[in-house]
Amino acid sequence: MGLTDQEYDLILKLLGREPTMTELGMISVMWSEHCGYKYSRPILSYFSEYKKAMEGDGHENAGMINIGNNIGVVMKVESHNHPSAVEPHQGAATGVGGIIRDIFTMGARPIACLNSLRFGPIRDGEADEEVVSFSKHIFEGVVDGISRYGNCVGVPTIAGEVAFHRRYAGNPLVNAMCVGMVDLDEVASAGADGPGNPVIYLGSATGKDGIHGATFASDALNEDSESQRPNVQIGDPFAEKIVIEATLEALKTGAVQSIQDMGAAGLTCSTTEMAGKGNVGMDVDLDKVPMREDDMTAYELMLSESQERMLAIAHKGREQEIIDIFHKWGTQAEVIGYLNDTGMVTISRHGKVEADFPAKLLTDECPTYVVEPVEPQNCIDARTFSLDTVEQTDPQDSLFKLLSCPTLASKRWVYQQYDQQVQTQTTLLPGQGDAAVLAPRGTRKGVALKIDGSGLWTMQDPYAGGCLAVIEAARNVACTGAKPVGVTDGLNFGDPRDPGVYFQFERAVRGIADAAEALGAPVISGNVSFYNQSELGEVLPTPLIGMMGLLEDANKRIGMALPENACKIGLVKLPVEAGSQLGLGASTYLTEVHKREEGAPIRPNLRAEKDLCHWLADSVNDELLLCAHDVSEGGTVFALAEMCIAGDSGCEVDLSGALSELGSRIDAVAFGEIPGHVVVGFESDSEQALRDKLPNGLTLTVIGDSAPDSGQVKATFNGQTLVDSQTSDLKDAYESAIPGCMD
Amino acid sequence: MKAAVIQFPGSNCDQDALWSMRNDVGIGAEYVWHEETSLDGFGAVFVPGGFSYGDYLRCGSMASESPIMQAVKGFANAGGPVIGVCNGFQILCEAGLLPGALLLNQEQKFVCQDVHLEAVNRTSMWTEGVDRVIRIPVAHGEGRYICDADALAELEGNDQVAFRYVGGNNPNGSVDDIAGVVNLSGNVLEALSVVHSS
Repeated sequence: MGLTDQEYDLILKLLGREPTMTELGMISVMWSEHCGYKYSRPILSYFSEYKKAMEGDGHENAGMINIGNNIGVVMKVESHNHPSAVEPHQGAATGVGGIIRDIFTMGARPIACLNSLRFGPIRDGEADEEVVSFSKHIFEGVVDGISRYGNCVGVPTIAGEVAFHRRYAGNPLVNAMCVGMVDLDEVASAGADGPGNPVIYLGSATGKDGIHGATFASDALNEDSESQRPNVQIGDPFAEKIVIEATLEALKTGAVQSIQDMGAAGLTCSTTEMAGKGNVGMDVDLDKVPMREDDMTAYELMLSESQERMLAIAHKGREQEIIDIFHKWGTQAEVIGYLNDTGMVTISRHGKVEADFPAKLLTDECPTYVVEPVEPQNCIDARTFSLDTVEQTDPQDSLFKLLSCPTLASKRWVYQQYDQQVQTQTTLLPGQGDAAVLAPRGTRKGVALKIDGSGLWTMQDPYAGGCLAVIEAARNVACTGAKPVGVTDGLNFGDPRDPGVYFQFERAVRGIADAAEALGAPVISGNVSFYNQSELGEVLPTPLIGMMGLLEDANKRIGMALPENACKIGLVKLPVEAGSQLGLGASTYLTEVHKREEGAPIRPNLRAEKDLCHWLADSVNDELLLCAHDVSEGGTVFALAEMCIAGDSGCEVDLSGALSELGSRIDAVAFGEIPGHVVVGFESDSEQALRDKLPNGLTLTVIGDSAPDSGQVKATFNGQTLVDSQTSDLKDAYESAIPGCMD
Repeated sequence: MKAAVIQFPGSNCDQDALWSMRNDVGIGAEYVWHEETSLDGFGAVFVPGGFSYGDYLRCGSMASESPIMQAVKGFANAGGPVIGVCNGFQILCEAGLLPGALLLNQEQKFVCQDVHLEAVNRTSMWTEGVDRVIRIPVAHGEGRYICDADALAELEGNDQVAFRYVGGNNPNGSVDDIAGVVNLSGNVLEALSVVHSS
């Protein structure tokens, strides 16, 4: 069941007797990494909000940002990696369902979903035929699962990212994020209170699916994983939609004292956490639970991860109001027990007590572990990597290679399968900008959202990988006109007992915490997923950052496309040391063109990044910028190409003045990944106003003009041509890469 | 005038439709739960998109049997304005208010993208005065409109094709690029997507 001998001894000591089978099952899921955060809790205290929450009276399901007008925005990311490896469609679908429940259980209406996905190679020849074909199968199934679930449940999927690497071949990453809006005075609590209050089971019936899912998620994938297919839950988006509407309607009545979704560890987690949080006891009669099969044992009922279920505490005497609403929506609602003041969770089945122990034993007594970290050799080597052994290649040829590599290519094949516009609040769509922007009804403000992260950067320099994930996501929302205000993180790593993995984890979390602090955008929620490994090895260490930004006026948001009319193009830079690797260490150029995964990314200038983000947001708010796109994977020329492709435009730029410090290598000028560089488009009479507001240290260099009529992308450096190509040819390469692999 | 927005379990576009009618169009609008049987007091009916009953069995088929649909049929037959969008299109087809049916997209995948539509019929109460070519988003998994040859000839002969995909971007394989149809008297419109302010 995943417990160690020492943990079992601790249980005997805490309980003062042998646990029953049901108790042991309940403890083992609550003490799994997935629920108990055994290896991550000490490190997560680097996040100031997390620390405050742990020291306070427990933390709620998802963090919240106050955006004014009595509106709170909540968001959270969650992984569903292991289920997706075994059953991609259902694994991904239930990942979406689970994270949506985390949001509406707070009383918030889910307004957007995002996702971050990692798969093995999908291009022929990049790995064994079997591996490529398996990766395609997983990719197609995951996207289909997200599409089917998200579309049906009526929440738009507005942004995401997808990357491919052989290290994800045996263990894909599927991280789903949901964002919701709630009136601040109507936030629902998950802490049970009021002895005598009835406990109500809401939503779909309980079946035998997903038993021990949380434990499954807390172990490495292996040959036997296939036999764990029954551990994967089955999702029903229609049932979820019904539960969303019924829950939000029930919360409006005021009859609900507290509520929590049943996610990982199902009834076990919801009963013990609600009781634990509220310092009350709970007496539950499992005979009352709606069941799909009536021969279910207490063990099965407590550990099932059947989907689309909630647990609520009603104010005594008002339970019928809640029950009536759920019945109106055609789903189930049953009183299954009552609160008491003992602090004990007591579970009965067929009149026999099957579990009877303090709630806090499960929620608060889970041991934590600290591992002595050891820096992996590749990180040490990365620092001394020299470009001397890297031959310069034809930049135009390299650009085409980058445009047609699936990780950087257009993701239209993916996002076209997602409903991006249901609820009609999406004002900047996938492919149009660096982040998606929502214009929620009830406020003028805009909510910009992005999820981002790089496994390769993190593998080579975990601290930089953590920082950069935050900084890039922040810069992305800033490029639409938003100031970054909050972070949710999805931390995907291998086995934390491995000192090298623990090093990656600890350094990456430190990087995230430092960057979030520097930006003034706190980490308000998150998820940790360990044991991401299979016979094909462990995944790249992959911290993913969900970033929320706020625009003063949603209507002013800008995208990355060069506009229809000609404009000036400039490069905004903040002071950052390019070192000897010139932004080519751990770059996509090095990986894709030279097939080398060496070197380290440049560490960002955290203090100046905040200035850059705020300057971008203010400039958009003052309507001085027409478009903006940050320089990221693929470098400056790649960013320019994307802006031309998005706008069906062209450009004529000279990078000599702007990037002279990279001048020793033309490939560094074209493809160097320098944090803190942003390409912007503006009308020439805005230039002075843009300069006037530039914070100290930041520079704006005009590099050329857009060329909407020629449709030709032209870039030079000191008289040398970097690229001179029709936008339509670049676009063909960019748009056809993924469909070409999947058809 | 007050419009009814029919609400089925699984409707997704009911809330933005209600908001849009009240704020963009500037008319009154109320939800009508699918178990109701009367449309008394309403001057128009909107059947929204979404996944009524999860689109299980067949898109729109279970919703078309809901109690309120008898009232919707009566209202339509009496000349009352009725519009069904996306899943509403499927529900009205299933209810037999117009010929044809909607199948899984030709590519077998859900599709969300912008398309250009030509407003073909220029005389119905819904399409009169609409721009000749409009660009709007569509989002559906089962949007491939089909009908038999006789019905198609009749639709065309009677100027009942409301919208057609133009520019070669039929996203789902609909017969004759049809994106929306009106009934003979022009008071019932079924479309895969509409501009919200129309």
